[in-house]
Amino acid sequence: MLYREAGQFKSTYASDMVVFRLKEDRAGLAVIILMAYALAFMGSDFLLQAVLIPFLVFALAAIGLNLLTGYAGQLSLGTGAFMGVGAYACYKLMTAFPDINVIVWILVSGFFSAAVGTLFGLPSLRIKGFYLAVATLAAQFFLQWCFIRIPWLVNYNVSGALDAPLRTLFGVPVVGATATPQTRYIVVLTLVIVLTWVASNLVRGRIGRMWIAVRDMDLAAELMGIRLLQTKLLAFAVSSYYCGVAGALMVFLWYGGAEYDVFNINQSFFILFMVIIGGLGSLIGSFFGAALIFIMPILLGIVLPIMLAPFGIAIGAETIEHLRFMIVGALIIFFLIVEPHGLARLWQIGKQKLLVWPFPY
Amino acid sequence: MDVLYKVLIEPFVFMGEAPDLLLQTLWEGLVSGVLYALIALGFVLIFKASGVFNFAQGIMVVFAALTLVGLYEKGVPALLALVLAGAVMLLLAFAVERIILRPLVNQPDIILFMATFGLTYLLIGLGELIFGGSPKEMITGALYLPQGTTELTLLGGPVRFQHLDIAAAIIASIIIAILAVFFSKTRIGRALRAVADSHKAALSVGISLNQIWVIVWFAAGIVALVAGIMWGARSGVSFSLQIIALKALPVLILGGFTSIPGAIIGGLIVGIGEKIGEFYWGPLLGGGIDTWLAYVIALLFLLYRPQGLFGERIIERI
Repeated sequence: MLYREAGQFKSTYASDMVVFRLKEDRAGLAVIILMAYALAFMGSDFLLQAVLIPFLVFALAAIGLNLLTGYAGQLSLGTGAFMGVGAYACYKLMTAFPDINVIVWILVSGFFSAAVGTLFGLPSLRIKGFYLAVATLAAQFFLQWCFIRIPWLVNYNVSGALDAPLRTLFGVPVVGATATPQTRYIVVLTLVIVLTWVASNLVRGRIGRMWIAVRDMDLAAELMGIRLLQTKLLAFAVSSYYCGVAGALMVFLWYGGAEYDVFNINQSFFILFMVIIGGLGSLIGSFFGAALIFIMPILLGIVLPIMLAPFGIAIGAETIEHLRFMIVGALIIFFLIVEPHGLARLWQIGKQKLLVWPFPY
Repeated sequence: MDVLYKVLIEPFVFMGEAPDLLLQTLWEGLVSGVLYALIALGFVLIFKASGVFNFAQGIMVVFAALTLVGLYEKGVPALLALVLAGAVMLLLAFAVERIILRPLVNQPDIILFMATFGLTYLLIGLGELIFGGSPKEMITGALYLPQGTTELTLLGGPVRFQHLDIAAAIIASIIIAILAVFFSKTRIGRALRAVADSHKAALSVGISLNQIWVIVWFAAGIVALVAGIMWGARSGVSFSLQIIALKALPVLILGGFTSIPGAIIGGLIVGIGEKIGEFYWGPLLGGGIDTWLAYVIALLFLLYRPQGLFGERIIERI
């Protein structure tokens, strides 16, 4: 009843083309962003550090992959490695030039990842679909091997791991052991909001339309005058940029140090599945997907023992872990059967229904 | 020049100097190639019949092997356990067809791919719940698989053949031959090839898609069981075994998704290439290159033939 299109008139072209056409949507978004910032002061450290920061990081990586797979139609299984390139590049830059603000380096490290992504995107001109997945798998395994074998990347660290040196922003520690979850969360949240905003404008503009045309049918797109090589490589570059930034955030603002193993193939699959279950070609879907795949197992771990307790079934932590796996698997299948186009489509349908509720005729 | 010499000449000189080592490496590559082919075959079977890229194939291998070993540990005789494990795979095939494939018919490939990922999670949870997460020994002795090694002196040096490897190569070859005959000569095999060509056309001549799907998933399950026994005997039965399924991916790509001979040849190329590369060129790069070499080999082949060696030619139309 409160959510109505009626009575909101567009009098300029600009107002007709805005991302959120309804003022309820705009208000809703403002409330969500405000609440997200408010959580920094109200949420517990556990909530911030173990749930929200990782959720945002994964959402950012999922957006990156979604630009490539959902918008430009190029399947990639190398996300984990591209995240790794971002993280290692950020580490090198941070330690080589400690005077420059770490936020700058986090954003710049994405460009290194973009360069590597473009390089491994080159075969995409000739190889398509699942076949392309192998090209990106080559990237995944090769880059991971590089992370292990090139000690220069970790400044000849004996442990071979990335550590997070202390870095501050306006005098407040952001990276390093002394940084509080609150500051980390605010930094991650701000970066994710800004980058999501950039992405949403990118996909609505000329570049995004070129990507969509290539995804839908690259041959037809080529005939229409879209240059395939540039378009595909740009998709790889932008996608890898996002993944690289997500990787840097993951290591320095979430884990506070990591080994090469963090960027393994499972990470790549994880993010791909977030994208698919959230909705290919939908930015909000990336957030839904990250929430479903990352937060749901955590929730289940908390809820399951409470739910089973009244029946007198005292089960060990291991069994819960196994049950969690099974339930997550079953839920993935369930959601796919209910809505194969992802949670974003469910969200859209829900909003459509709400527009005409309670009189749908 | 020094680098070029080390990359281009020295390995070959070494090969010529010690042909027995070359033979040993070739043999090891051959065995792992046959085993890769066996796993790739499971993928190909399902991909051919239902267009599903079955991510769960790796976990099916683990699950089948775990069922076998788990049943044996519960006191079931080994051969009966083997039959029962086969029955479990049949049950799984029915369940997958009924619960996953039927509601998702006509969906894009990537959605079905995702659904098999859900299946993977489900099977990991189920397997760990029933059999526990700890690694198990494969019951090689009880299954009458030979053990021990034979050392032959060939080409001026000792070459070691593990009996188990010989048995694995033979059994894998037999399975592949049976499947090849099954798909080219029997009625069901012909129906399956019809389904692979076109779902609609197959339906219109009265082939039951559901039945075919159960059959291929069952066949893939049996292949997974055999692969599980063989890999389990070599490196123990544990959930880390599912990583080898990823190794089957370049094999698959190399051979083309739809071709059974392709899977075999691809397996051999990857298996041998990987072992030779690791043994002769690996030390130049600091070792461990077998983790990515297979993918790079596949990538190079793909750049030359985008549909894989034996894949159907990709014809693109507007």
